[in-house]
Amino acid sequence: MTRDEIFEKVREVLVSALAVDEDEVTPDAVLTADLGAESIDFLDIVFKLEQTFGFKIGQGELFPDNVAQDPEYVQSGKVTPKGIAALKERLPHADFSTLEADPRVERVGEIFTVDAVVRFCERKLAG
Amino acid sequence: MRWMWIDRVVELLPRERLVAIKSVTAAEEHLYDHFPAARRADGSVREAMPIMPASLIVEGMAQSAGILVGHAEEFREKVVLAKVSRAELERDAIPGTTLRYTAELRSIGAQGASTEGSVELLDHARPDEGFVQVGRIDLMFSHLDRNMAGIAFPEHNFVFSESFRTLLKTSGIDCPF
Repeated sequence: MTRDEIFEKVREVLVSALAVDEDEVTPDAVLTADLGAESIDFLDIVFKLEQTFGFKIGQGELFPDNVAQDPEYVQSGKVTPKGIAALKERLPHADFSTLEADPRVERVGEIFTVDAVVRFCERKLAG
Repeated sequence: MRWMWIDRVVELLPRERLVAIKSVTAAEEHLYDHFPAARRADGSVREAMPIMPASLIVEGMAQSAGILVGHAEEFREKVVLAKVSRAELERDAIPGTTLRYTAELRSIGAQGASTEGSVELLDHARPDEGFVQVGRIDLMFSHLDRNMAGIAFPEHNFVFSESFRTLLKTSGIDCPF
């Protein structure tokens, strides 16, 4: 499956899960800030990706959980270097450049772009 | 009044499908407020129009699908409705009709589940028609103790209460809680 084909399928999933228009789903769109995703939507997206692509997604594999609650990873409202390193290891599909420049915890959501989801699917399909 | 919006589970295929029925009756107090007679601006009277509120039909599906999801993990999880992915209803349910909810499990994981469902209506004045599909309701459920925010809730499973236990027993379903 080509990257464009994966993108189209991811777009269908996001349009269905988040009730957004197709043209809103661009590679740079952030799931939370731009497409209005809330916590339960992440589970919905995981289920729909599994059904669409036929692979299983483990808990925390696509979107991490409980990062903000771990005192090693978050201190004084900022993600620590250790936290960023841990996230990078767990989420190789995400782009951390903006979070590294501004590690405030409320910006963690911005790493979850449409492109990150496409790259995640690409890696899963490649096995 | 008990917050139970299904009367009986009539079929349960574990981890696949649950079918439940709800008879709409004129004894339900809320039907007299939904909608009462009213005087129009021109002075004429609009007759009372008692119909089952659509929100309670969604709740009926949520209870049906919620039992299906809860049963899949032997009612260990606190299963709460987290998202109404779709709710389309085409006809009103008036007193003397029977609703049938069919909930199907689409996906289930540690954090929650998704279901798809159809709503059918039996109009007892038209028995030849049988149950007619009048809507579709798709839902997402969260397993409350596995929430992404890591918030702790009481250990006691307050979701599957005595009322649910009674419902399962009267429906002939083994109840593990």
